[in-house]
Amino acid sequence: MIKTGRFHLLLTFLGGLLLLFIIAPLLGMFLSTTPQEFFTTAQDKEVTLSIWLTLWTAMMATLVSGIGAIPLAYLLARRDFRLKRFVLGLIDLPIVIPHTAAGIAVLGFISRNSVVGKAASLIGLNFVGHPAGIAVAMAFVSLPYLLNAARDGFSGVPLRLEQAALNLGTPPGRVFFTIALPLAWRNIVSGLIMMFARGMSEFGAVIIIAYHPMITPVLIYERFGAFGLKYARPVSVIFILVSLVFFIILRLLSKEKKNA
Amino acid sequence: MLELHDISKKFGDFSLDGISLEVKHGEYYVVLGMSGAGKSLLLEMIAGLVTPDNGTIIINGKDITRERIQNRRVGLVFQDHAIFPHLTVRENIAYGLHNRKITKEEIRRRTATLAQQMNIAMLLQRRPSTLSGGELQRVALARTLASDPMLLLLDEPLASLDVQIRSGLRRLLRQIHQNGQTIIHVTHDYEEAISLATRVAVLHEGKIVQSGTADEVFHRPQSEFVAHFIGIRNFFPAALTAVPGHTDGTATAVVNDTVRVTLLSGHPPRMGNIMIRGEDIVISRKKAVTSAVNNFEGTVTDIHPGIHGMELHIDAGIHLVAVITKQSLNDLEIKEGDTVWASFKASAVRFIES
Repeated sequence: MIKTGRFHLLLTFLGGLLLLFIIAPLLGMFLSTTPQEFFTTAQDKEVTLSIWLTLWTAMMATLVSGIGAIPLAYLLARRDFRLKRFVLGLIDLPIVIPHTAAGIAVLGFISRNSVVGKAASLIGLNFVGHPAGIAVAMAFVSLPYLLNAARDGFSGVPLRLEQAALNLGTPPGRVFFTIALPLAWRNIVSGLIMMFARGMSEFGAVIIIAYHPMITPVLIYERFGAFGLKYARPVSVIFILVSLVFFIILRLLSKEKKNA
Repeated sequence: MLELHDISKKFGDFSLDGISLEVKHGEYYVVLGMSGAGKSLLLEMIAGLVTPDNGTIIINGKDITRERIQNRRVGLVFQDHAIFPHLTVRENIAYGLHNRKITKEEIRRRTATLAQQMNIAMLLQRRPSTLSGGELQRVALARTLASDPMLLLLDEPLASLDVQIRSGLRRLLRQIHQNGQTIIHVTHDYEEAISLATRVAVLHEGKIVQSGTADEVFHRPQSEFVAHFIGIRNFFPAALTAVPGHTDGTATAVVNDTVRVTLLSGHPPRMGNIMIRGEDIVISRKKAVTSAVNNFEGTVTDIHPGIHGMELHIDAGIHLVAVITKQSLNDLEIKEGDTVWASFKASAVRFIES
């Protein structure tokens, strides 16, 4: 075995420090939560309701925007058009703008006085303070993750394969569903997971649009503000565990797809 | 069945310039050219993957220059096969069959038949990543033939395969052609063209420099490029002159206005090319008294191994290449810079009118 050089040791040391920085706070939080606190909080109706609300609004936000995001990602990967660079920049915008500001922008867009808000109120839907509004806020800030992952996925599918499929007399729609989509599927699924995760953890944009009904990040904030760290901590622990379980399940599902 | 009229295209480093050709039903048409000559680009235009800048493409009397890829019925077998990696061999072959209104049973039957013909029946359940180059090529052929193309385009189908597999595939291609399939095959290997083609076109620097039946092109090359490309080493533009007093059927061809070569010819005076096989040139240290009427003294400029023996390059006013055995080379003790005599009979010289 080659002797480990000093430089290598330095790299390991610095990297280790950084990993510790991620692990330590989480571990600290878990260790300072007593089992009793944990179980009482887990049975707290307010907490469980907020977790369900968070999960399904994030899920809806991801699935509904997928209907438009996947075709757009395909177009961006395959076609060249005027203003393409502009569109690419636009897609990344939600990542870089502050999320409370994004919330204000979305609120203006869907509030009762806006065109969209008026149209929605015709079918008896009011986004503000409604799960639908929460989903809209989540989608706005988390869409880039799905779009970029799906675009990478489609770009990674050799154009040759689609040309070969067309050459066999296949209509473009079928080529998309039988060649491009299955081959980009892994990236798309990981994009969906990322988007779901990002939507679930959104706080800034959501709180502007809907303080109530309360999603878990808002609940954690409220408990911290009203009762302090000790009360916010168990909710955080439970929320993190729930997210972890979801990620592990989804990751495993997307892996299976690859081996199939 | 296929006509190209004055096709031009600039595409990255490649360009094609005024390509016109006609392929008749049932022909095996080989387009011969070096890499970078634009051969693949030509096929991609016929298949519709690339649109020409100029010119028209006609199939069975119908202008398809701007027709969509999926409506052309021109099957292209890509050089890199482009097998769908997420589908099994069976699913790959059946892929195009799903576009047609036939039953599942019929799809199964046709897939099995094609697999049988291509000799890949035992691979049907396999994933493409487990196949060898030759197997992938057969799968690609089966998949394309399943879509029942009017015209089959093959892009270097035998390149990068080892010799044994290549001869098996060559037999398969000949069989497909004998079943009545019209084929255009592009390659850089003239031996492939000799063994398969009914017609040949030679592509050089974006232009077709010669086309005709395989016999015409291989026996009557019209330019030095074509001659060298198909392995003929001694090929010179020459003026055939009648020599007064020669009544024995011989004539003289003048190369470069200086070197005179005697040959058997009944042709009246005209311009053309002369061709001498390297194997027909005899090398000696001193001028030998033989029946050869053409004797040139020259300097050896290069010696290297060739396909059929050692190749000896001699500067004798014209650049001659003689092919001799290694044994003779050793016996004569010839090295670069030596002066030798190159002799060949008048009957070894072929005149090709241009």
